[in-house]
Order: sequence, then structure tokens, then C-alpha cells
Amino acid sequence: MPMANVLLVDDEVPFVEAMSRRLKKRDINVLTSFNGFEALGVLEEDRSVEVVILDVKMPGMDGIETLGEIRKKFPLVEVIMLTGHATVETGIEGMKLGAFDYLMKPCDMDVLIDKLKEAVAKKRKHEEKIIEARVKEITTRRA
Amino acid sequence: MKENSSMEPVEHENDGYYHSLRRNILLTIIIVSITPMILVSASILYQFNVSYGEKIEAHLKTLVKKHKQNINSFLKEKSSDIGSLAKTFSFGEMSDESFLKDSLTVLQEEYDPVFVDLGVINSRGVQVAYAGPFNLREAVYSSAEWFRKAMETNKVYVSDVFLGIRGLPHFIVAVKDNWNGEPWILRATTDFARFNDLVENIRIGETGFAFILNREGEFQTKPLHNIIPTKEPYAGFLRNEANLKGKITLIERTDATGIKNIYVAAFLKGGEWLLVYQQRASDAFTDLRNAFKVTLVIILLGSIGIMSMAYVLSKKMVSRIAKMDKEKQMMSSQMVETGKLAAIGELAAGIAHEMNNPVAIMVEESGWIEDLLSEEDLKESENLEEFNRALRQINTQGKRCKEITHKLLSFARKTDSRVQDIQINELLREVASLSEQRAKYSNIVISTSLDENLPYTKVSESELQQVFLNLINNSLDAMEKTGGNINIATQIVNGMDGRDLIIRIEDDGCGIPKANLSKIFDPFFTTKPVGKGTGLGLSICYGIIKKMGGSIEARSVIDGGTTFVVKLPLPKLEKENS
Repeated sequence: MPMANVLLVDDEVPFVEAMSRRLKKRDINVLTSFNGFEALGVLEEDRSVEVVILDVKMPGMDGIETLGEIRKKFPLVEVIMLTGHATVETGIEGMKLGAFDYLMKPCDMDVLIDKLKEAVAKKRKHEEKIIEARVKEITTRRA
Repeated sequence: MKENSSMEPVEHENDGYYHSLRRNILLTIIIVSITPMILVSASILYQFNVSYGEKIEAHLKTLVKKHKQNINSFLKEKSSDIGSLAKTFSFGEMSDESFLKDSLTVLQEEYDPVFVDLGVINSRGVQVAYAGPFNLREAVYSSAEWFRKAMETNKVYVSDVFLGIRGLPHFIVAVKDNWNGEPWILRATTDFARFNDLVENIRIGETGFAFILNREGEFQTKPLHNIIPTKEPYAGFLRNEANLKGKITLIERTDATGIKNIYVAAFLKGGEWLLVYQQRASDAFTDLRNAFKVTLVIILLGSIGIMSMAYVLSKKMVSRIAKMDKEKQMMSSQMVETGKLAAIGELAAGIAHEMNNPVAIMVEESGWIEDLLSEEDLKESENLEEFNRALRQINTQGKRCKEITHKLLSFARKTDSRVQDIQINELLREVASLSEQRAKYSNIVISTSLDENLPYTKVSESELQQVFLNLINNSLDAMEKTGGNINIATQIVNGMDGRDLIIRIEDDGCGIPKANLSKIFDPFFTTKPVGKGTGLGLSICYGIIKKMGGSIEARSVIDGGTTFVVKLPLPKLEKENS
């Protein structure tokens, strides 16, 4: 099992390529897309994605809008915002919409990995709790 | 720190404009105020002149009419006195001198001592009886004009004034009657002085007097001794007798000496005598002349008042307009400056964002190389350490780029002037770090000594940023060639009206000359070369700080440096705690 299943979303193709190579090297399963619409499609197709690394500034549907859609459609998927101009305001806005955290571009790989780990752990714990609740529900029903 | 003046040339350019503006305002006020005053005064004066002239004319005519009636009734009365005496008593009775004397005494006692004497003259012109102070018995009047005229008329005859045998001015009232078919005349001489009084009493003002003329233009009464009447007007009256009959006429004439006189005339004694009243026009119209004088004085004083008021008012108005123009000019320049700053901010934000992405890619790619180098087969390479060093360097520089772009973005973000809670220390650090690069090239060290317990302050971040950037840039400009130190300090002090936040920006540059120190906050004051400085920087700073309720001042010592002290009021402690 990989360390994490990640969807990397950014309109800068070379950035996506370089970062995905580096993440893969760190035992992370990386899917990529280059805009918000595409990312939502990927999430729809592949339910294994645990964390989305999402650029804020993108043409068409921007990061904040995409985040809103993800939270709506895939509430269990965690999102780490990546922004060129990290301001407290954008960070707070992202967090308000349910982002796990935000990082400034260019970001330190170790910091990113740490954040990813935290996000995956949170997600998995969340899922475990859901499973536990369901098992409990089934067991209670049978009894 | 240097600033200089470009304000004076601006003032000089506008001097002509304000001068002509002031002149126009002055003239407008004067014309608008003085013209109605003069028109109203002239119209009132004209009306007054006309009505006063009419009043004087009416008054003089009434006066002459009254005296004409008086004199006519005097003559009539005296004529009937003598007439009734002649009718009552016969020639025989009257020829008795003692009876005649008695009759004279009765007349004088009964009426008035106006009759001087009485005489009875027979048809041959011989005075047969005489009662009076002169010795005129047996006097012969057959050749006297009055005797001839009296004999010709059937009525009472009143002669002109003449000297006669007695050598004194007098006139005669003669009544013709018949006795035994022979005509005889009862004659009475009137006291000239008494008659003269009737006319002489007509005195108005200083120069008004009256007199009587006969048809030949000879004086029948004595005119005023100090006035020599000009004959011409009387001759004119006499010539126009037909037109003047029964009327009282007034004319104005200027005599040979240039004096304007008023003449009012009326015929007496059935057109034989002319009663003339004469007065100098200047005397008759004294009140009018006084009114003219008063009006002139009022107009003069009013004009002086209006002119001084116009002078003061125009001066005040123009100085206010000039002040407003200057404020307007400053405001528009300030808006241009603010607009420029916003445009620079936007540009910086665009560049920063565009630069950030390639930097991020570079950093990621260098990271990727780092990852690859860590693979086992390359571990043996002798240059591995050098590769790692180079990659670390790329990473470090990438982070530096990130910092620069983030600073630029943070600067651009603050171009709106909304008031919000800000930490002034943070703002000062940002401003200092923005200026650090420039300072480094000029060999200037920027240091901070900030009070870490500053509360959040409600101000416009962009405006305050503009103020501090401006102050630091001024210091940098002043020490660009020499290098030096800039210290930024914050401190809370307890003032009279509560707590204040003091921000000091201190340099050790060349200082500001004393003469310039008082002008540095004036708009358009600059010591920078033409085209380099607008002279608005410090004036805008001053405006911003004043708007925030604070103050800004400069302290400077030549070659000792300059300190700008910004004081901002802090909210009261009780308020803050609550």
C-alpha cells in the first residue's frame, strides 16, 4: 500500500511533472490534472484519492471554487492548498471552506510530506471511524 | 535629509491671475455698490431739487401776492379816506385852514399818522388852504404833473413818488370835486417812510428784499442800500406788462457780477407800479445747497466705506481662493501619487505572481535532481558533494526569490485605504525589509528598536505604509552617497490626552537647514533637482497623519542627522480592556 494516494492539481505542467516525480519517489501514488474540472473528473473516476494538492490560482475554475466542489462531492478527501501568493486571507478562506492546510509555493518537500502524512492519517482515521460506526450499526441491528 | 522649494515659482505663475482676479472683484464690488448709491442719491436729489424749487417759487409768489394785496388795500384805504373827506365837506368848509387842520388831526388820530399834510387847491392850481408841517399856503401847482393828472381824472389820483417843492420823497393822494361849478382838489401827502415800511418789511433770508417801480422804472420805495438792483429784469417785466397783468411772475437772471438772482414781480395800482421781490438764488436755495452738500458728503463717505470694504473683501476672497486652489492642486497631485502607487502595486503583484511559478518549478526540479543523486549508483561519484552544494544553493536562492515575491505581493495588497486593526511593528518591519536592498547598495544600515508590546492600531495600512516608505526613502536619498544608519523605533508614551504611539525614524545624514525645516511639510517644497521630486511626499505624509488624528514633526541638526517623529493616538486603556 502506498504512503498516500494524491491528486496533484496545477496549471503549470512542468511544476506538476517535477513534483509528481518527487512524490512518487517517496512512495506516494500521484494522479495529476491541470485544472479544476479535470480534477473533479479524476476524483469521480478514481475513488482511491486521499489527498488533493490544489493550486489556488488557475485559469477557469480556480482553487477556491474547486475546493468548494470537492468538499461538496467528496467530503472525505482532504485538500492541501498550494498558493503562489500565500496570504493569511487566502489561507483562512481555504480553511473556512474545509481545506486541511495551505502551503506557499515553492514549498519545502519535507514540509509537504509531513502535511501529506497528517492529512492521510486524518482521512484514514475518519474512514475508520465511519467503518466502526457502520459495523456497530450492523452488529446492533443483528443483535 | 534634503527638501527644497518649488512652491514659489507656482505662486509667481499665479500672481498675475490672482492680481487680476482681485482687481476684477474689487471693481465689480465698487461698481455694483456705488452705482446704485449714486443713482438713488441723484434721483432723490433731483426730486428734492424740483419740489424744493416749486416750494420756493410758490412761497415767494404767495409772499408777493400778499404784499401786493396789502399795498393795494393801503392805497385804496388812503384814497377813500381823502375821497370821503372831500365828499363830506365842501370847498368852502375845507378852505378854512383851522377846519383843515382839525380834519388832518382827526385823520392822523383816527387812522394812522400816515398823512403828513392836507391841502385844498382851487381850479387854477393855487393851494388856498394848507394844514401840515410845511409852509405851503398859496403854493401854485398848476404846472405840476400830479395836478394835471388829478384834474384830468374823475377819480382819486395817486401820484408816483417825487421830491416836489419840499425836497423830500413823498406821493400825493388827490381827490377832485366840484363846488359851485368849479373843480377843486383835496390833496394829502403820505409819509414816505411809512409807505416804505410796507415794502421794506418784505425780507427773507440774507438777501431777499422788495421795492416798487413806476412805469418809467424809477424806484418808488427805497431799495436796500447795499444792493444795486440791475434794471434789466424790471425793464423786461415792464415790457411784458400786457402778459403779466394780474399775474405774479418769477424769473431767474444772472447779473453782470455773475450772481444769479430770483425776481418775483406783480403789478400794483392798476398797472402803474411794479412790486418786485428780489433775492439771490444761492440765498433762496440755501437749504437745497445744504442738502447737496450733505448728500455729497454721504456719497463720499459711502464711497470710501465701499472702497475699503471692497479692498478688504477682495483681498480676503482672493486669498481664500488661492488657498483653495492650492489645496485642490495638492489633492489632485496626491491622487495622482496614490494612483501611481496603486498602479505600481498592481504591476508588482503581477510580476511577483508570474515569477513565483517558474521559481517553484526551478526549486522542484532541483529537488528532483537531489532525489536522483541520492540513488545508490551515483553515491560513489566524487562530485556528489559539489552537486549537493550547488543544489542547496539553488534551493536557497529559490527561497530568496520566494521571499522577494512575497514581499512585493504583500506591498501590493496594501494599496487600499480601508481602516483596519494593524500591528504597526509588522508594518515597519515590512517597510524596512522592502528598503533594505536599496540601503545595502548605498551602504546604509537599517535597524529597528521596536516596542514589542504595541497594541493593534486602527489605521489604514496602505496609507501608513506610504508614510513610512516616504520617510525612509527621504533618509536613503539624503545618505545615498555618504552611507549611514537609519533607526526605526516605536514606543508608547502617556500623554495629556491618553496614550500615544511614537514612531521615530532617525538618520545620521547631513540634516536639514533651519530655514528649510519649517517648510518641509509645505506642498511642492523640494530641494531635489527638477523632475526628481514633486515636493509632495512629506506634505502627503503630513495630511495622512493629521487625518489619523496624529502629528508629525521633524527635528534636525546640520551634519547631525534628522529625526521624524510620528505620533498616533492609541485607544484609551479602559476602552481597550472592556
